[in-house]
Amino acid sequence: MARSDVFSRQRWSEKTDNFGHDVHVLAVDDSLIDRKVIERLLKITSCKVTAVDSGIRALQYLGLEKNSVGFDGLKIDMIITDYCMPGMTGYELLKKIKGSSTFREVPVVIMSSENVLARIDRCLEEGAEDFIVKPVKLSDVKRLKHYMFGEDKISNEKQETNKRKLSEISSESDISEPDFSASPSPSPPTSISDSSTESLSSSPSLDSSTSSSSPASPQSSTPLSPPCSPSLLTSPTRRLKMTNLELD
Amino acid sequence: MLGLQSYRLLAEMNRLLALLFHQGVLDEQFLQLLQLRDESSPNFVSEVVNMYFNESEKLLRSLRALSVDRQHWEYTKVGLHLNQLMGSSSSIGANRIRNVCIAFRAASEQNNRPGCLRALDVLEHEFCYLKNKLHEFFLIEQQRVLAAGIRYPDPMQQHPN
Repeated sequence: MARSDVFSRQRWSEKTDNFGHDVHVLAVDDSLIDRKVIERLLKITSCKVTAVDSGIRALQYLGLEKNSVGFDGLKIDMIITDYCMPGMTGYELLKKIKGSSTFREVPVVIMSSENVLARIDRCLEEGAEDFIVKPVKLSDVKRLKHYMFGEDKISNEKQETNKRKLSEISSESDISEPDFSASPSPSPPTSISDSSTESLSSSPSLDSSTSSSSPASPQSSTPLSPPCSPSLLTSPTRRLKMTNLELD
Repeated sequence: MLGLQSYRLLAEMNRLLALLFHQGVLDEQFLQLLQLRDESSPNFVSEVVNMYFNESEKLLRSLRALSVDRQHWEYTKVGLHLNQLMGSSSSIGANRIRNVCIAFRAASEQNNRPGCLRALDVLEHEFCYLKNKLHEFFLIEQQRVLAAGIRYPDPMQQHPN
């Protein structure tokens, strides 16, 4: 049983990788841990990730620094950067990017642990696409990817097919259910309140998005030996079902 | 039968998690991290957690070293270390540690030395507790993976007559 579960999950990750073309994101954060987490969040949403630890390195990578050797054909679809960094802050990096001719069209997202309205306003005024309050969640990244690249690069039909295919494969992993329903409004100005209300309303059970996005989820097809699955722990609804089984 | 053992271990893990949630030691961000595992990155959470412990240990040692100087309390350096610790604690869901950092930072901003020293004591204690509990969690998980992975050889296959 466990073997087939692993197989089906592998097939799923192959499918999402063929989303048309891979979105390439440049992630900038001085914290090693935050870099690892954001990298994982982006990879799970099928993005190609380049992670650097400072604004200077980001500019070097983009070829915007004096000594850097920029190469033509570098395609960056989105830049996500921490605000508080030693040396160059995310805000300063944002200004440099928006001031460049090559990358000014690239959407820049700012992350910050401080929910300061003045800071948010300043970043948006400078041209930031969005502002995410840390800690960054999977729903934040999915929402970003969806409203930035959902309509443009991926056709809606393809989204639907993948959605159906994903719900066919057993709903063991919460990641397999695309979170499109969790973001009520795609427009950037309101997205800040979305992300903050999301973080406010999300409880440890993380149940709202999972239950709404797969109403026809094949809970009945769940293998009877679920204890073998490591992702069992991750689904609170599954945990409840397990305790029910225990009581039987 | 081994499936049952694996199930029991899973229940133990869930119990431990529930306890840590109830105590406010962990918050939903930890659950979020658990969701990011898959068969391509099965050790993602333990890797991040180990990174966090290594980094935090160094920060705590620096904070302790800074607190020894009776004359001169370097509030700027303390602030920098605290921000780093706060950020990474928040990113992995170490809720209580993050809250103590917030209190510590407030005491530091008010030049409240005794308050800072108290906060540092609590931080070290909280860190030890979290480290022990998460080690326990991953140990049980290792055992569970082993228990789930063992297969009895099929008697029919062994004697194909």
